[in-house]
Amino acid sequence: MSSDQLSLTFAALADPTRRAILARLSQGEASVTELAKPFDLSLPGVSKHLKVLQRAGLITQSRSAQWRPCRLESARLKEAADWVGEYRRFWDESFERLDEILQEMINKEKSDEGDNRAQD
Amino acid sequence: MKETTVPKTEYVIEPGRQELTSTTILDAPRELVFKAYTDPELFARWWGPRRYENKILKYDSRTGGEWHVVQKGEDGSEYGFRGVNHEVLAPERICQTFEYLGVPGHVALQTATFEPLGNKTRIVAHIVFQSVMDRDGMVASGMQEGADESMERLAELLAK
Repeated sequence: MSSDQLSLTFAALADPTRRAILARLSQGEASVTELAKPFDLSLPGVSKHLKVLQRAGLITQSRSAQWRPCRLESARLKEAADWVGEYRRFWDESFERLDEILQEMINKEKSDEGDNRAQD
Repeated sequence: MKETTVPKTEYVIEPGRQELTSTTILDAPRELVFKAYTDPELFARWWGPRRYENKILKYDSRTGGEWHVVQKGEDGSEYGFRGVNHEVLAPERICQTFEYLGVPGHVALQTATFEPLGNKTRIVAHIVFQSVMDRDGMVASGMQEGADESMERLAELLAK
């Protein structure tokens, strides 16, 4: 995914209502009316959010069924989540290595102290 | 001998923002943590994933000093990073610019703060990019590799 697409996805995810809509859709398909209900939104209000999510490729709306259910497109969300994962992997591993080196330094300090005491 | 535990790092990476914060607690006094950050030989031994070897081209850990590190992969791939230390305040803070040379010109500002917790140290690392696109795009291009555990991340992303 290009950084432009990733930005579009992250911009869509920046809104708490849209994240709540995605969380609802992760349980299964839902109609626009069903999605509007728990958020106390008007139909045009929820439609606006759905359009942003659709443009970001995070959801699709079926044209076949009469109630036109919305569906989560988890592939795009996975890409956004992968990005977060990359950054975390880099630093998780860095801090793991840093911790090892620090323990080495502490052990060395302790043994140096021991040597000094032995000389006194 | 003390048991070794893998440090647990907490990340705050909010969608649509141009910053990141990570917090981790390490079992060492902050003077040592500060030394591991500022000594080039020590820094080269921990920064980044193990599969990369760090080549230190410049590492002047004084206020105003430059740093330039190249991460070299086993396949010969190279990723360069450089910046300038805006402020190095022993043993509590390092504030520096950060640029991934694969995408030059997109400079971020990162600050590492070391807080003493008895014999432990809390490291708070904050990085602010010039734009949301920089944050999302630059870091991804500099740190690529396939991911498996991403549905877990997805859950975390949605829980925010």
